[in-house]
Amino acid sequence: MSLLEIRDLHVAYSTSAGPVPAVRGVDLDVERGQVVGLAGESGCGKSTIAGAILRLLPKETKVEGQILLDGEDILTMTWGRLRAVRWEESSIIFQGAMHGLDPVKRVGEQIAEAILIHDPKVTEKEALTRAGELVEQVKLPARRTQDYPHELSGGQKQRIMIAMALACDPKLVIADEPTSALDVMVQAQVLDLLEDLQRDLGLSMIFITHDLSVLVGVCDRISVMYAGKIVEEGSADAVFETPKHPYTRALSSAFPEIGDERYRLLPTGLGGDPPDPMDIPSGCSFHPRCVDVFAPCPSTEPVLYDAGEGRRAACLLLDGAERAAGEG
Amino acid sequence: MSERPPVVTGAPPEQEGKTPLLEIRAVKVGFRGRQGLIAGLAGKQTAVAQAVDGVNLTVAPGEIVALAGESGCGKTTLARTIMGLQRPQEGQILIDGMPIGTKTHDLRAYRKRVQLVFQDPAAALNPRQTIYESVAEGLRVHKVGGDEEELVSAALSKAGLRPPERFFLLYPHEVSGGQRQRVVIAGALALEPDLLVADEPVSALDASVRGEILRLLLKLRDELGLAIIVVTHDLGLAWMIASRVAVMYLGRIVEIAPAEKILREPKHPYTQALLSVVREKKGLERIVLSGEPPDPTRIPPGCRFHPRCQLIASGEAARLGIEERCRGEDLGLLEASPGHFVACHAIG
Repeated sequence: MSLLEIRDLHVAYSTSAGPVPAVRGVDLDVERGQVVGLAGESGCGKSTIAGAILRLLPKETKVEGQILLDGEDILTMTWGRLRAVRWEESSIIFQGAMHGLDPVKRVGEQIAEAILIHDPKVTEKEALTRAGELVEQVKLPARRTQDYPHELSGGQKQRIMIAMALACDPKLVIADEPTSALDVMVQAQVLDLLEDLQRDLGLSMIFITHDLSVLVGVCDRISVMYAGKIVEEGSADAVFETPKHPYTRALSSAFPEIGDERYRLLPTGLGGDPPDPMDIPSGCSFHPRCVDVFAPCPSTEPVLYDAGEGRRAACLLLDGAERAAGEG
Repeated sequence: MSERPPVVTGAPPEQEGKTPLLEIRAVKVGFRGRQGLIAGLAGKQTAVAQAVDGVNLTVAPGEIVALAGESGCGKTTLARTIMGLQRPQEGQILIDGMPIGTKTHDLRAYRKRVQLVFQDPAAALNPRQTIYESVAEGLRVHKVGGDEEELVSAALSKAGLRPPERFFLLYPHEVSGGQRQRVVIAGALALEPDLLVADEPVSALDASVRGEILRLLLKLRDELGLAIIVVTHDLGLAWMIASRVAVMYLGRIVEIAPAEKILREPKHPYTQALLSVVREKKGLERIVLSGEPPDPTRIPPGCRFHPRCQLIASGEAARLGIEERCRGEDLGLLEASPGHFVACHAIG
């Protein structure tokens, strides 16, 4: 059994203009000790999935399907059980999370608070000692627990947030754009730290970002999302190096390799914007922006087709290839 | 102890002897911190954050120069100074070989020739103004004569919004993110500038749309002969559009060269480290520098990069017999090869 199994997840936000579908039928597995990347642009539904796993979405939001964490469905849990699951079983490192620290509290106390809430048997002193250990685990000196957030740099604050996410020994850590607000060098430091922690603690992780090139170094597998669905999935290297879906190709060429002559003075990109979730195009939702669009695309909705080597992509061109192979 | 760095403009050989469009000469910009009343009465001086600490740079007509570096390196302050929004403490900015004046009238004429493209189009455009009004605003501020509607039309077309009339009455929220950035660019183009300063022009855009805007910048360079300074932290972007790249660290340009040279064969240890951690650059051993750049109120003596330099940490500097100079001797740009300038004692 996988640590996390998401089955046919649908999420629709409730707005004054009616329900807005943000996730439209997603299946996703995370094995123990595995790092899964979730890539896509703003509005593709990747952060909504993170919110659904922790049940952090607004209460009017309609969530359907199953999210099994260790076989237990998060969506049907009682609030009491959910409180235990959050932090202890799964925790999240948010994008720009450094702004989430309380400015008038020492960071050590903030980490200790998370421990105290979840384990009433722990004394305050023990929690503070544990906070010190966690701070060392994220490679900051333990005395940093005495600092207030404004005394720390952006990278250091992000490390504190990581320490906090690890406070209750979670099995699954969700990192939502954990490095996007940081400078390249600090980003490299934080990514190295996350990789070390993941390996040393055997963590399972879901790593969410729009930057495929960041994912490729960190993840075992990558799922690419577009308009609320997964459009391609496979091993990280394969998805990045030889994308099968035209959208993945566009994403991966947005961050080309430096020194690659094909992109020198030739930036490539797609026209248009990701679709409005209230008005998702018919057939393949990517067809209005697709460079390989052909006759059936506007009317036929693709599913994930086998693309070889454990990869799947939702492109009708692959469906054709499959059929041709079957016939031949 | 430290001598004044020699003036090296970092211009490639083919530009020598020609008057550049823009020339930045030994520009310094500092900011004084806020001071408490008591410290002020006691006559204490607050530390000055030397955001730009002696920068020389030339930009030729039709050239795209990328100004790269991490936050706090001074690239945005330098861009603001080029825009005339920040007065340099020392040094000069020349356009067509003439120093820009300090009087309102001179500055206004200068600002018409040098236009800024903002990072976030959603924030740069007034949400309650139509696209026509947004583009026409600059024309009115600068009292440009002629048929306003024609000028707005022409600017929108140049920015790739065609047919332009279709966009006149739309509001920013009614067009896509990429189109919004085109509106911002059209606003700049309406004044027929010679130089665009684009501060992180695509970092607020979705990944798939970025290429489209970068292609537009290249097209403007080719068709209108515009020179562009792109301020960015993204070296991959520099690879896609820049003719030359200048890497800044703590207020100085530490390396400048044609894009192919600097991105393929970086010579400064800082540039090498930056490139090695970008996942888009393969085949380099990862050099993750520890810590973060120091505060610009406390610029280290000697080579300002030495406390974090991997050549010092690995003992390489000692082996080369330069460590003492790294720690004690400030230096300007040295020519490593024609057109490739590096501020490192290990060169030469």
